[in-house]
Amino acid sequence: MSLIEEIDYGTPRSKSETMVTLTIDGKEVTVPEGTSVMRAAMEAGTEIPKLCATDMLESFGSCRLCLIEIEGRNGTPASCTTLVAEGMAVHTQTERLKRLRKGVMELYISEHPLDCLTCSANGDCELQDMSGAVGLREVRYGYDGKKHPNPGIDASNPYFTYEPSKCIVCSRCVRACEEVQGTFALTIAGRGFDSVVSPSMQEPFMESECVSCGACVQACPTATLNEKSVIDIGTPEHSVVTTCAYCGVGCTFKAEMRGEEVVRMLPYKDGKANRGHSCVKGRFAWGYASHKDRITTPMIRENINDPWREVSWEEAIQFAADKFKAIQAKHGRSSIGGITSSRCTNEETFLVQKLVRAAFGNNNVDTCARVCHSPTGYGLNTTYGTSAGTQDFDSIEYSDVVLVIGANPTDGHPVFGSRMKKRLREGAKLIVADPRQIDLVRSPHVEADFHMQLKPGTNVALLTSLAHVVVTEGLVNEDFVRERCDWDEFQDWAAFAAEERNSPEAMEKYTGVPAETVRGAARLYATGGNAAIYYGLGVTEHSQGSTTVMAIANLAMATGNIGREGVGVNPLRGQNNVQGSCDMGSFPHEFPGYRHVSTDTVRETFESMWGRELDSEPGLRIPNMMDAAIDGSFKGMYIQGEDILQSDPDTKHMIAGLSAMECVVVQDLFLVETADFAHVFLPGSTFLEKNGTFTNAERRIQPVRKVMAPKNGYEDWEITQMLANAMGYPMHYEHPSEIMDEIAALTPKFAGVTFKKLDEEGSIQWPCNEEAPNGTPVMHVDGFVRGKGKFVVTEYVPTDEKSGPRFPLLLTTGRILSQYNVGAQTRRTANSEWHPEDLLEIHPFDAETRGIRDGDWVKLSSRSGETALRAQVSERMAPGVVYTTFHHPKTQANVVTTDFSDWATNCPEYKVTAVQVMPSNGPTEWQEEYDEFSRKSRRIEEAPTVVAAE
Amino acid sequence: MSHSNVDRLVYMVNQIGDFFKYQPHEDAAEGIANHIKKFWDPRMRKQILEHLEAGGEGLEGPSRKAIEILRDMTQKAKSDA
Repeated sequence: MSLIEEIDYGTPRSKSETMVTLTIDGKEVTVPEGTSVMRAAMEAGTEIPKLCATDMLESFGSCRLCLIEIEGRNGTPASCTTLVAEGMAVHTQTERLKRLRKGVMELYISEHPLDCLTCSANGDCELQDMSGAVGLREVRYGYDGKKHPNPGIDASNPYFTYEPSKCIVCSRCVRACEEVQGTFALTIAGRGFDSVVSPSMQEPFMESECVSCGACVQACPTATLNEKSVIDIGTPEHSVVTTCAYCGVGCTFKAEMRGEEVVRMLPYKDGKANRGHSCVKGRFAWGYASHKDRITTPMIRENINDPWREVSWEEAIQFAADKFKAIQAKHGRSSIGGITSSRCTNEETFLVQKLVRAAFGNNNVDTCARVCHSPTGYGLNTTYGTSAGTQDFDSIEYSDVVLVIGANPTDGHPVFGSRMKKRLREGAKLIVADPRQIDLVRSPHVEADFHMQLKPGTNVALLTSLAHVVVTEGLVNEDFVRERCDWDEFQDWAAFAAEERNSPEAMEKYTGVPAETVRGAARLYATGGNAAIYYGLGVTEHSQGSTTVMAIANLAMATGNIGREGVGVNPLRGQNNVQGSCDMGSFPHEFPGYRHVSTDTVRETFESMWGRELDSEPGLRIPNMMDAAIDGSFKGMYIQGEDILQSDPDTKHMIAGLSAMECVVVQDLFLVETADFAHVFLPGSTFLEKNGTFTNAERRIQPVRKVMAPKNGYEDWEITQMLANAMGYPMHYEHPSEIMDEIAALTPKFAGVTFKKLDEEGSIQWPCNEEAPNGTPVMHVDGFVRGKGKFVVTEYVPTDEKSGPRFPLLLTTGRILSQYNVGAQTRRTANSEWHPEDLLEIHPFDAETRGIRDGDWVKLSSRSGETALRAQVSERMAPGVVYTTFHHPKTQANVVTTDFSDWATNCPEYKVTAVQVMPSNGPTEWQEEYDEFSRKSRRIEEAPTVVAAE
Repeated sequence: MSHSNVDRLVYMVNQIGDFFKYQPHEDAAEGIANHIKKFWDPRMRKQILEHLEAGGEGLEGPSRKAIEILRDMTQKAKSDA
């Protein structure tokens, strides 16, 4: 194994389909029009020396090292800024060029510290490489000329340092921040020798607008910006391509290693989701894998008030299996169940649902998608016939109009957010529908054309009023609808949408969005060219979540924005493998591939393969499991990699449910909140310690590759397998590839997927089968999967969660950039420096009327419960609306959220909770009691001291 | 069976009804019943049927009819078995 060195072509690939032929050093080369000579040369195998050029960035032409000579032209132009032309004859290495390049390098080196042997980039420095490439042997100007400014090292960022004395002012970092990340946090301050890279107004990195995505560090050709891990450990010696375990973007990384130690995670340019970019989580926040809180020994206890007792794997597994079997013997087959994890691999998820269906003998299996994107599955399956997004991420490059609804991509899906911002800077128009003024509404070089700042809970009213404008102003793409959709259903829907009561003017009283804004947005969406919708949990986590998804699907069909690049309906999935966990049959009513358990032919296929008779009735969803636990008919569960106590709504109800069970088995990395109520703790493995696949939001199946042995001894699928065997259901997989082979054999959409093919292709977007052997980047191209697209009438039904005198404000919850979900991973990294606690965002008006100042403790209460946290006075919220995150167990924000949920799927209504906010002195009594209980619950019994016999 | 759990089931049935009663080409009660048959665990269905037998308080309009259809479906399935 060795380091994977990606070829740097110097400038980006041209998208032109017109080809141009030229000669470079006498060799004929054919490349797309618009390609730089530098790139053409590299494609022909000739590397022209360069310093300021890299193929992640547009050409800049400042270093003057990549000079070339062109026959018939004067001078020595820079090859990075010179485009190819038909018949051009280029020379990359002449006596003149050699002389010039040496001269340039002499100037660079004359003011660069020559501490190469002790420099952290020794062996990984492009300046060093180029000195070698141009044959630099002496510096005529001496080595003690005016040195580059050396104000000291900025080590404020927890993950990288900035050492100005090593800067060659190539501006790659500045351009990466602008072009790739789109934050514009960096600039070059000063002139000549005084030029330095400046975060914001020459502030330390941590005090600047920098979002720590790492693009600048990656772009830096020297050690000026360098990972602290490289400084501490040294340069890596081998690398493995794998997939990030955070968020649904699914970035591909090179895990760069020294032995079994991760040195750094570098985004992989060939990664089709991220195209070489990353965010602060995937790039830097992987240290949790070796955090001291990690539990690596199995533990059991009879009662949740007992301390944990460390035991062998055999004892823990047998203890769990015996408990489960005893419960079933006493309370019936349906008295236990399981939860699959969207943080685990497809293979692991598949195995958990197989364990429940085949070994437990029921369908009581659910997944965290229940509380995030289950309405996406229901809504898109109903309208289009597929429970998934329609596009690949590259599609954004062809969008003319982007409609973002209930999503905050720059925080929740930052790498895709950067790709979106890039397209917006190129001129695409932007419509945002969100109660908050998210960053996309107005940030450097990006401004929404329309921000529909709707009241929480009124998505359906808003979308139907958009549809009203499309229908009544003659903006329907009738050709598309007639050809691709059910015409009768369309007419019903159009008549409904056209009713005056659904007009923007009539709906304004519900949504709070001025009618003219809605009309403008609808006209832009329908007539602005390729229009794409991206949505998140602000759509799904409502009592009408599924209806909202169908309203979105209606709008896209009515305007013909489906079935080609640049358009579509795109759910931005929360966790890394939400799509995959749904695909793998994690829902209680369907087998892998979204096929209902009552369909005899499907069930018989699984029965034949699995050798057990399977239940034809749907099982319990997570909230129903808790209800049934309280009711006494559900007594045990196996939870792999989810912290339902912290992530699910109405914490007190969750506690009541979990406390009522006789055996809760938690398999996780840490003693998470749910583990406080567990009887068996099975230590899990991180994504660095296992093989398998994740499927991201664009249906892309991507390999996860093991780079170190599991610290707990087993990959998660092996633990499930042990439990199945102990339950009396034999499983004997040797490798996750065998599980994928079984998935492919049982699931038509995955029929063509194998680990071998994934190794060859890098990734595959399902469906992948005989009809689509290389996968399917864009869906519904020639027709909808269900046949004719189905228009659904989307009547607005206001939520029953209403503000009033007792609870006059509406709370909506979400996440921020640096933390991930319940924070179990990111809180155990330096990411907490950005977000050490959950804060309550409150509008100045609401704060002032309550006597609340920025930073004050406030009590947040609802009919479900109350918690206390600090206030952040902010105009990002409209008056009457407050916002917080759920990353910290100290806050337990979900103690406030309610049991209201989506009508079709029971996805909780996290986005609308009527609350009151009042000044407070600190944590509530409940928080203190919970904290005390939690501390006691995590006690681990000390192993008895063994005295050696004399 | 706790009262709060049944109340919750009744609420869910009516909430499902709030979708299906606006669908033009679908009988609302049939739509609700099919949805429940497709997505509810048998013990939840049993609880709502018992609630219907006990008077069905809170089940309104098509929701009540839906649970009656569900009852008929269940009885037919039993007799077919």
